[in-house]
Amino acid sequence: MVRTLTDLKPGEQGIISGFSDDQLSVKLMEMGCLPGTTVRYNFSAPLGDPICISVAGYELSLRLEEAATIFIIL
Amino acid sequence: MAGKLKVALVGNPNSGKTSLFNQLTGLNQQTANFPGVTVERHTGFCKMSDGSIAEITDLPGMYSLYPRSLDERIVAEFLLNHRSKDCPDVVVVVADATNLKRGLLLLTQIVDIGLPVVLALNMMDQAAKAGINYDLHKMQQLLGVRVIPTNARTGYGVDTLKQALLQTHTATQQPVYALDNDVLAVVKELREKTGVDNDYEAYQLLEQPVIPSFLSDDEKEIVQSLKKKYNLFPGKYHGAETIQRYGFIQDLLDQVTIRKADEEWKRYTFRLDRILTHRIYGYVIFLFILLLIFQSIFSWATLPMDWIDTLFASLSNYLSNNLPEGPLTKLLADGIVPGIGGIVMFVPQIAILFAFISILEESGYMARVVFIMDKIMRKFGLNGRSVVPLMSGVACAIPAILSTRMIDNWKERLITILVTPFMSCSARIPVFTILIALIIPEETVLGVFNLQGLTLMGLYLLGFFAAIGSAWVLKKLLRSAERSYLLLELPPYRMPRWNNVGITIFDKTRSFVVEAGKIILAISIVLWVLSSYGPSSQMKEAEMRARGEAAELQLAEDELQDKIAAYQLEQSYAGKIGKAIEPIIKPLGYDWKIGIALLTSFAAREVFVGTMATIYSIGSRADDENTIKSRMQQEINPDTGGPRFTFATGLSLLLFYTFAMQCMSTLAVVYRETQSWKWPLLQLVFMSALAYVSALVAYQYFA
Repeated sequence: MVRTLTDLKPGEQGIISGFSDDQLSVKLMEMGCLPGTTVRYNFSAPLGDPICISVAGYELSLRLEEAATIFIIL
Repeated sequence: MAGKLKVALVGNPNSGKTSLFNQLTGLNQQTANFPGVTVERHTGFCKMSDGSIAEITDLPGMYSLYPRSLDERIVAEFLLNHRSKDCPDVVVVVADATNLKRGLLLLTQIVDIGLPVVLALNMMDQAAKAGINYDLHKMQQLLGVRVIPTNARTGYGVDTLKQALLQTHTATQQPVYALDNDVLAVVKELREKTGVDNDYEAYQLLEQPVIPSFLSDDEKEIVQSLKKKYNLFPGKYHGAETIQRYGFIQDLLDQVTIRKADEEWKRYTFRLDRILTHRIYGYVIFLFILLLIFQSIFSWATLPMDWIDTLFASLSNYLSNNLPEGPLTKLLADGIVPGIGGIVMFVPQIAILFAFISILEESGYMARVVFIMDKIMRKFGLNGRSVVPLMSGVACAIPAILSTRMIDNWKERLITILVTPFMSCSARIPVFTILIALIIPEETVLGVFNLQGLTLMGLYLLGFFAAIGSAWVLKKLLRSAERSYLLLELPPYRMPRWNNVGITIFDKTRSFVVEAGKIILAISIVLWVLSSYGPSSQMKEAEMRARGEAAELQLAEDELQDKIAAYQLEQSYAGKIGKAIEPIIKPLGYDWKIGIALLTSFAAREVFVGTMATIYSIGSRADDENTIKSRMQQEINPDTGGPRFTFATGLSLLLFYTFAMQCMSTLAVVYRETQSWKWPLLQLVFMSALAYVSALVAYQYFA
């Protein structure tokens, strides 16, 4: 089954395996979300969106629709 | 070296770049705009150890040479334009030592475009606390650039950095990124045709999302045709480039890292986030902070505002008493000095507001506000980042609109710009205060609340709802293919650096005084001329009439002067204009006198009180609002025989001032920021129409 970042629960980690959106992937990679990198889902904003993840040694927030373009393996 | 050494500071947001800039230059700074655009360019001067002066430019924070927002595009073009006289001799890349990867990504790009680079490894104290340890000597070797450890908070490393700036003249010759084989031919062709001196620089010219504006028309044509010929489009190799660069960086970090950080040092941040982004407490705390800001703008700023008011009133008095009588003295004492006073009076409020905003930004909290507000704001076509401009709008729309530049999506930025003036700015306060005092009784409701205070709060809420309501309408109307996204770093919480807060306050206040000052000053002079002059025979006749009545009533000299002023105003050009628009505003419950105040308020709202003062002939006592209030209370409406300022008229005016776009300075800034007259005009028409209709409904219902 293909998983995306949105399938993680708070505190869970995964490894980025790819992207479903070319345009966005370029920006995500610049921000350190490279394939092979470990990400951790930290918490979501009060209304469930956006979310906060730890990646490449810092905390990044992104919207669910963006997180959904990031494939991960657990 | 001929001329000053030109140094540019670049770095990621939150890398402490501005702190370092402040350390290098102190208050020796100036803010100008980049040519042709309104992105602020902060430059400052720094004395070097050899006695020379270096010119330092602080560029907006960015993550890569591939821009996402307007701010970033300007930086990219600034760094790519090597033929410009502004092209830096040395670039300082400021990187956060606790979070080095992304900083190095930007560094490798700048190295590759062929500019001499020094790396300032900032926040070394925090890195040390976090247990991070780098082999700086090796890092320097592998990168081929000087690496200077700094701590911009304490000034550690700043002198060494200055030394390094004097010694760095040449660019690193070895590019980090090896261009894709497919683009070598097109890069070669571009270099032959335009004389660009470096492969990666040529490649950047081809791959920028917008063809750089500094190129000549011929060169733009060449770039365009080459892109077509070789089927290049922005982003084609971008992903591969990023992966290659990060590969290099990871390799480098593996070699130079002696000790890695554990996450222990961020424990406080994680704990604080649990509260500050909590489902309930998160919003409660944010609301509490907003109330605190509000409270301080209203109560703490009043005292210095009164001082300034008194100061300018006495200065104006002093001038008119001590300078030889004549039109020039009158212009100075009645036009220019009160005009400047009207601007300076808002400085305390603006300073307090920006103190708060700057503290919130410095501490890292503002990023959390964006985070918790994003979903709500998006429903209204805005963005989490719109919160800052809307908050700033409570002090003044001008700096608020300038702060929309960090919103990367054009549609969301435009909507934010268009609705921000609905937020009740401080210029509305004097108008609201006097009208509320006139029509709302000073009563206590529910035991604790002051009815007048509640009314004022209601007007602010009304402005806020008008802002988000129209944002929602605009969201439905405007079409945009551009995608909206949010990729925002949540930096660790840090103590604000008070030095930075102070400089921000100084800088924002100064730009407000200059920006708004020019226009308010010009308008107050025009207004003064229009209300002081009229057809000379009619003006004389008005004076005679006043003297006649005064003799009959045996008025004292200053009361006589007031009467003359009042009668002459009616005959002045301003009075004639007021009479001309009377039919339009009559349904709102206004007469020609209020009409003049309305018209002058289109220059700036706060002029209302001053105009009312002039019109109701209070002359030298114009600055005492109580006096104006009692005069306004005594004003009789000749049609009804009752008071002019009834509840209906007052309410109608309050609503008009809540909604109407009455600020030339804001319109001018909107024009500059949107590069078109279409948007400020739309804003003016829409807001004025809303103001008119709501004032009309209110008056007709209550009258």
